[in-house]
Amino acid sequence: MQESILGILAGEGRVADDEIAARLGISSDEVAGAIREMEEQGIIIGYRALVDWSKTDVERVYAYILVEGTPQHGVGFNDLAAHIARFDEVHSLHLTSGTADLNVVVEGRDFREIARFVAEKLAPSPGVTSTSTSFVLKTYKSEGRLIHETPSSQRLAVSP
Amino acid sequence: MTLKRTTQSRISRTVQDLKPSGIREFFDLVMGMDDVISLGVGEPDFPTPWRVCDAVIESLRNGATSYTSNLGMEELRVEVAQYLEGKYGVTYDPASQILITVGVSEAVDLAMRALLDPGDDFLIPDPCYVSYGPCVELAHGLPITVPTHAEDEFRLTADELAGACTERTRGLLFSNPSNPTGSVMRREHLAEVAEVAKDRDLVVISDEVYAELTYDGTHTSIASLPGMAERTLLLNGFSKADAMTGWRVGYACGPAEIIEAMTRMHAYTTMCVPIMGQIAAIEALRRGEDDRARMVAEYDQRRRVFVNGLNRIGLDCFEPMGAFYAFPSVRSTGLTSEQFAKTLLTDQRVAVVPGNAFGASGEGHVRCSYASSISDLREALARTETFLERLDAGEVQPDE
Ligand SMILES: Cc1ncc(COP(=O)(O)O)c(C=O)c1O
Repeated sequence: MQESILGILAGEGRVADDEIAARLGISSDEVAGAIREMEEQGIIIGYRALVDWSKTDVERVYAYILVEGTPQHGVGFNDLAAHIARFDEVHSLHLTSGTADLNVVVEGRDFREIARFVAEKLAPSPGVTSTSTSFVLKTYKSEGRLIHETPSSQRLAVSP
Repeated sequence: MTLKRTTQSRISRTVQDLKPSGIREFFDLVMGMDDVISLGVGEPDFPTPWRVCDAVIESLRNGATSYTSNLGMEELRVEVAQYLEGKYGVTYDPASQILITVGVSEAVDLAMRALLDPGDDFLIPDPCYVSYGPCVELAHGLPITVPTHAEDEFRLTADELAGACTERTRGLLFSNPSNPTGSVMRREHLAEVAEVAKDRDLVVISDEVYAELTYDGTHTSIASLPGMAERTLLLNGFSKADAMTGWRVGYACGPAEIIEAMTRMHAYTTMCVPIMGQIAAIEALRRGEDDRARMVAEYDQRRRVFVNGLNRIGLDCFEPMGAFYAFPSVRSTGLTSEQFAKTLLTDQRVAVVPGNAFGASGEGHVRCSYASSISDLREALARTETFLERLDAGEVQPDE
C-alpha cells in the first residue's frame, strides 16, 4: 500500500485522499493515516509543483557543478556538504561516485549570479580543491517528465 | 452446402453475406463530432515503451529489413516458448508448435480455415469479440453462438456449451479475459469447459491476448489443464499488454498438425510477419516486464475508479477482473443498448459501444473501455450521470 500511495503522490503531487482511496480500493482514512505517518517519518519530505520556468517571464538558470574536495578524518565530506548545502543558491547536492566528490545543482537569476556564487562562495570554501561548472541550456526532461512532449496519439475514437 | 452467386454481383456470395461490424457504424457517428470523450477504444492509450521502439530503430540501422522464416524468427519463437513454459508450465516446441502471426487477428483467421470444412459448426460465446463470427463464416463454417449471462459474469458454462454442440461442431473459440465484458474465467470455470471439449472431441481456440491484464493474481490458460494441450490452440500477442497494437504481432501455439496446416496457408498468403514487429516483440518478451507491470497498475486504478463510479451513478456493473473493459447494464434506463449509446453520445458526447454489437446476449449492456486517463474517465462518469438525470426528468428523448 505504501508503495502504491507513494507511486501516485510522487507521480502527480497533489491528489486528494479520497481519490487515492478510490484508485487503490482502500478507505480514505487508511490513506490519510498512511500519508500522515510517512510525513512524520520523513519519507515524504514535501510537495511542490513541477515548473517549466522557461515558459514564464521569471528569470531562472541552473548549473551543475562538480566539486572536488579533501575528505576529513572521521566525517568524510559530510561537513563540507553541510556547509555548501546551507546556501540558498544550492538547489540540490549529492555525494557521488566518479571523478568529482560532490555534485551541486545551483539555481540563480542569471549566469552572472551563479558565476559570482561559485567564485565568491563555493570555490573558496575550506576543503574545496576544484570546481567545474556546467550551465543548463535547455531542459528536455525533468523529474521523470518530458518537457516538450509531442502529442502523437493516432488512436481511433472507436475500435473493436 | 452450395455457394451460389446471386445475379450480377462481382462479389462472392460469402462476402456479400458478411455484415459490417456494428462498431463501424458507431465510429462514423463519433468521427462527426467534437469534444467527445470516447470510451469506445479497444486499444491501450500508452505508447509502445521506448526501449522496444529503440530496439527496432537500432535493428533498422543494422539493416534488419528482410523476410524471416515463415514460422517467424527463431529467437522470437524460443522467447515465446520460454514465456509460456514459465507462465503456465506448458511446453511448445519452437520448431513445430509455434507460429508467429500478424496479430491474434491473423491467427484466428488461419485457425478457422485450417479446421473447418464448409458447413461445419464452430462455437463462439455470445457476446464475444467482433471478428470471431466473421472469421468462421469466411472459412465457410457456421458460427454457433453460446449464450452467456450477466448473472454468471458472462462466463461460458458447461450446460450452455453442451446444449449448443451438434454432430458438426468442430470446436470452440473464446477469449479469456473477455472482450467485451472484461470477465475472467478461472481454473474452475475453465475445467467445466475442458470437460465438454474432451467429451465432444472439440478443438479449443483460446484467445489470451488480455492474459497479462488480469487484476487479481494469475491468469490460467485452458491449455494448462490436464489433457487439454493436445486439443488447444493458444493464441496471444503483444497488442494489449505491451501497448503494441500498431506492430501487428501475435502467435499461435498448439498441436504440430494444426500449426503446420496454418503455416502452409500463412506461407502462401502472408509469408511472414514484418521483421520490425518481430524484433519489437523479442524486446518486449526479454525486457518488457517492468513496463507491463507499470501499465497494469495504472489500468487497475482506473478500473476501480470507473467501475465504482458506474455503480454509484446507477449503472449496475460486475467487477471486471481482466482486459480494460467494463460492461455495465443499462436496463434500468428502459433503453436498448443502441438507444442508450446513441442518445448518450448526442446528448453528452460520451462514446460507448452498444453491447449488441458483440452478440444478442450483449443487449441491455454497453461496453466501456477504461484505457483512458483518470480525468477523462471522471468526466465521462459525470456526463453520464447528468445524462441519467436528464433521462429521468424527461429532458432528453431516446434517439432512434
Ligand atoms: C479478444 C481479442 N482478440 C484479438 C484482438 C486482435 O488482436 P491483435 O491486435 O493481436 O490482432 C483483439 C483486439 O481488440 C481482441 O479484443
